Amino acid sequence: MIEIRNLCKTFGHQPVLNNLDLTIKTGETKVMIGRSGVGKSVLLKSIIGLIRPDSGSIKVNGIEVTRISEKEYNKVRMEIGMVFQGGALFDSMTVGENVAFVLNEFMDLDKKTIADRVADSLALVGLKGVENLMPSNLSGGMKKRVSLARVLCMEPQIILYDEPTSEIDPITADAINNLIIELRDKLRVTSIVVTHDMNAAYKVADSIAMFYHGHVIADGTPDEIRNTSHPVVRQFIHGLAQGPITEDENLVFGHVK
Amino acid sequence: MTTISLFHRSGSWIFNFVQYMGELALLFMRTLYWIFVPSYQGGRFLEQAKRIGPGSFLISALVAFFVGMIIALQMAYLMVKLSAEIYIPNVVAVSLTRELAPVLTALIVAGRIGAGITAEIGSMTVTEQVDALRAFATDPVKYLVVPRFLGLILMLPLLTVFADLIGIFGGYIICVLKLSISPAMYLNMVVQSLAIKDIVTGLIKTIFFGIIIALVGCHQGLTVKGGAEGVGRATTVSVVRSFIFIIVTDCIFTTMFYFVFNQ
Repeated sequence: MIEIRNLCKTFGHQPVLNNLDLTIKTGETKVMIGRSGVGKSVLLKSIIGLIRPDSGSIKVNGIEVTRISEKEYNKVRMEIGMVFQGGALFDSMTVGENVAFVLNEFMDLDKKTIADRVADSLALVGLKGVENLMPSNLSGGMKKRVSLARVLCMEPQIILYDEPTSEIDPITADAINNLIIELRDKLRVTSIVVTHDMNAAYKVADSIAMFYHGHVIADGTPDEIRNTSHPVVRQFIHGLAQGPITEDENLVFGHVK
Repeated sequence: MTTISLFHRSGSWIFNFVQYMGELALLFMRTLYWIFVPSYQGGRFLEQAKRIGPGSFLISALVAFFVGMIIALQMAYLMVKLSAEIYIPNVVAVSLTRELAPVLTALIVAGRIGAGITAEIGSMTVTEQVDALRAFATDPVKYLVVPRFLGLILMLPLLTVFADLIGIFGGYIICVLKLSISPAMYLNMVVQSLAIKDIVTGLIKTIFFGIIIALVGCHQGLTVKGGAEGVGRATTVSVVRSFIFIIVTDCIFTTMFYFVFNQ
């Protein structure tokens, strides 16, 4: 379970997270939606400790992580996997070495066991026989799938996904969405998914939280969000260029003359 | 208004400099800490040592060879007038081992390896690979800085020893072929003029030069901001700062050896 209370983070003079409250129950898949730059990725990085918040509280499985040392945080991180937006694969390693990273660094396993677990993790994301390729030989979508395989290989209790299906073809994207659902149903993995793809959000989410001005303005089941009367949420989920969000940002889109 | 602006600027410059030196000192302490904490990065250290040592050998040897020849030729211009050309081997040997081979090798390695370290770690930083390391409970200092740090402080002295020998050989070519000093005489003069302390003081300096190249290169890489343009800028800054720190450190050491230890 992840409990976030009154979380604040400011970059320069720009507040990104502003007294944010959010709870993700064990085994739940929470989808976070909102405009680019509203702090969704900052929240994911705050949960895994890559960014330290200015104030507020984050409890991961009951442990208050905002005030612990890096050494203590590393124990918490072994329970959390993060799929980065761009994949963040290690350039100097092969795909197989990337996927086996945690096994090689922290576990005393023989080569065959590692190779089997790498192949199994890659198979889960629909990849086969790519262990010896370098990340530079992969497409953007394949990199993201390898990144997910790398996380699956460490068998975490919590997975943070930063736009897992962007740059991926619709068929593979649907397979990844199914995988997120399977991980929840079979292994009770807690997931937080940042996405702009509303179809994926409705499909995988147990609940959807909408970010706006650094805090959550709506949090409910996919049906509740789909049928909301909140004008800001409605503009976002229907993808409308005109509405309260763009008015608030004084955003005027041009027209072709 | 101009005076206030001048104060503001110098105050800001001093603050940034102190902050930068503090960050380098912190990185140094963290690197020393992680060197002694298992698990040890033996494979990664060897990989870096191979890249730094054999990878830089040819260019540092080439420079040392020609510098040895140049010193001999420059000295010949003066010494022949004084009929003292027999002392040219002494000048070549002492100036190379105490000063030129350590400094020139360090500058070459700073340009070649230091820039590479910043570019590599910098691109890892902007593509979130460094974040990914931390997310997988791996300290970037342990994983990225320690192997490069150890590789540099091991390989730079070794490269310098080779540069000493090859530079002396460069002087040999000029002295034997141009100045009619016999090979035996050249070698005899070199051995007579060189004391262990000349070689050791040169090598002690290279350990510190290695530390400078590793810390400046890794720090610039880990603090890159702004995508590909930021990586390019950091790489340039890394080389320039390494050059300045190497020259200043060399000056401090030479002064210290001369005045304090009388060597």
